[in-house]
Amino acid sequence: MSDIAIPAKANATRRPDESDLVKQRVRAAMWFLLPMLAALAVVAAWPLLRTIWFSMTDASLTHLADARFVWFNNYLHWTVLKSGKVIWSGVLVDPAWWNAVWNTLRFAVLSVAFETVFGVIVALVLNAEFPGRGIVRAAVLIPWAIPTIVSARMWGWMFNDQFGIINDMLMHLGLISTKIAWTASADTAFYAILIVDIWKTTPFMALLILAALQMIPRDIYEAAAIDGVHPVKTFFRVTLPLIRPALMVAVIFRLLDAMRIFDLVYVLTPNSAQTKTMSVISRENLIDFDKFAYGSAESTLLFLIIAVMTILYIWIGQVRFEGGTR
Amino acid sequence: MAELQLRDIRKSFGTVDVIKGVDLTINSGEFMVFVGPSGCGKSTLLRLIAGLETITGGTLAFDGQIVNNLAPSKRGIAMVFQSYALYPHMTVYDNMAFGMQLAHAGKEQIRERVEKAAELLQISPYLKRLPKQLSGGQRQRVAIGRAIVRDPKVFLFDEPLSNLDAALRVATRLEIAKLHHSMNGATMIYVTHDQVEAMTLADRICVLRDGIIEQVGTPVELYEQPQSIFVAGFIGSPKMNFLTGRFAEPYGAKTIGVRSEHIQIGPGEGAWTGKVIHSENLGSDSYVYADMGADEPVVVREDGTKKHQPGEPISIRPIPGQVHRFDAEGRPLGRQ
Repeated sequence: MSDIAIPAKANATRRPDESDLVKQRVRAAMWFLLPMLAALAVVAAWPLLRTIWFSMTDASLTHLADARFVWFNNYLHWTVLKSGKVIWSGVLVDPAWWNAVWNTLRFAVLSVAFETVFGVIVALVLNAEFPGRGIVRAAVLIPWAIPTIVSARMWGWMFNDQFGIINDMLMHLGLISTKIAWTASADTAFYAILIVDIWKTTPFMALLILAALQMIPRDIYEAAAIDGVHPVKTFFRVTLPLIRPALMVAVIFRLLDAMRIFDLVYVLTPNSAQTKTMSVISRENLIDFDKFAYGSAESTLLFLIIAVMTILYIWIGQVRFEGGTR
Repeated sequence: MAELQLRDIRKSFGTVDVIKGVDLTINSGEFMVFVGPSGCGKSTLLRLIAGLETITGGTLAFDGQIVNNLAPSKRGIAMVFQSYALYPHMTVYDNMAFGMQLAHAGKEQIRERVEKAAELLQISPYLKRLPKQLSGGQRQRVAIGRAIVRDPKVFLFDEPLSNLDAALRVATRLEIAKLHHSMNGATMIYVTHDQVEAMTLADRICVLRDGIIEQVGTPVELYEQPQSIFVAGFIGSPKMNFLTGRFAEPYGAKTIGVRSEHIQIGPGEGAWTGKVIHSENLGSDSYVYADMGADEPVVVREDGTKKHQPGEPISIRPIPGQVHRFDAEGRPLGRQ
């Protein structure tokens, strides 16, 4: 878009016949953008607006068409009892919802933090030259390539309290004395989800970071070697600042993904309050409990929370999506 | 301020021998230029001296002390790269100060040295800028400044002018020549494939070919007494004219070589006759390409701007005493 804006700005100093050219370019740009805008309107904007609309009605699955508009009652509503006592209701005072928000945020921050650190380590290893590097690079991607449902089931079996290989290994190593019900126990369910997600998405991080690492010219490292910079210092003072733009973009991708995590939780620990995330609880209300409007309100809040977090992250982190540092 | 001794230096990458036994002494304070065609190993040799590559065989000594296994930073060298190799995320000042900062030098001392180098190279106004805000010539000056700040015993330049345009190349070449004079005592080693750079900058030139030294000598020595056809052809612009067969026989040689500036136009005893193919007028002088019936056209340098038409008959004769004679192996037989 900025390409189009620049000639438009300089328009005043140009001859009138050139402004036709500018108009023509703007028109051409519009035609190129139109299909994408139309597609976005249908698949993103319309469902979003519908969800916001439903969140302000008393719709249920069976009464979608004749829903009544109830303003913000699904979000916050109070009833004054005869005794003068005020009873609050709505998503904003629902402890289950805030538990889900807390679970989601905790999960997003922890999983993305671990994935970033592991991703950088894996990327650094893959960036080094060694025999069979191509095969290793492809092999590392396997966890990311497996559909989540499949890997969740697979880990479900591995975590199984009776027959799971993880309990078996830990018992043999003598690290635990009794078998742990990883996905069922309140103490471990959250960590089980965390481990599987880190296992699954570290390759994605590693690949994005590897691409950034390969953009760094070799001679900069040679200059650092001549400057006598210790390799560890070279990493923190040269490599890290140079991959920072790519790292920030990778982190935001993962953060967005992690905050709307659903499939892994739904398959691995479907009814655990310790792992229920915003997406899971929204779906539960929308479908299972037939509180369609209430679920819509939760979906809308989920959207707002992610939007605010993303804007804050881009603003505070000064993320530049165009990339490139040289 | 260091003398370098290279003794039978060898370097192989896997099964490929790149440097095949180089013996060379680089005197203290000397400006030595490694020159040669692409793939001759000149950059590799420089990187061996820098310590960026490990030496496969032979010894490398700085002032008599063997440094084969010494880290680059411990050798007392500074290197200027072809691509500048500046840290893109650091300002010009930080780029120059980085090495000293990590060596925990005093803030005042760092500032003093950086500012002195910046002044020398006229980059003082840009100290707060990032490399991407500078032109190519300015970036290369920063890279040179970073080398100066290290206060090295030996400066290494790896084709530092290759990424600059023609005018900047000449200007920066002059800067480097001035730098060598102002840094009295610093040994400088400079790699280039451009023989004009080699001729104008060097105290001595080392001509490399296929990983071995063809000849080492002052620019004038290489120009006047090339020790092989290869050196004769590589040094000098335009390239020396080589003639064989009936042209060489009267001189008792397999091949004769004569430079374009050592040929006169006009009939006379022993003159060759032929036709003009093309002439290039450079203003101060012009080059005439003439077909003498040899394999390649003969290039003749002529003063002034006299115009020769293609197809015009021409008589030329080499100046006596300026004809380089070579035997069948390409070894010199002296001039005649």
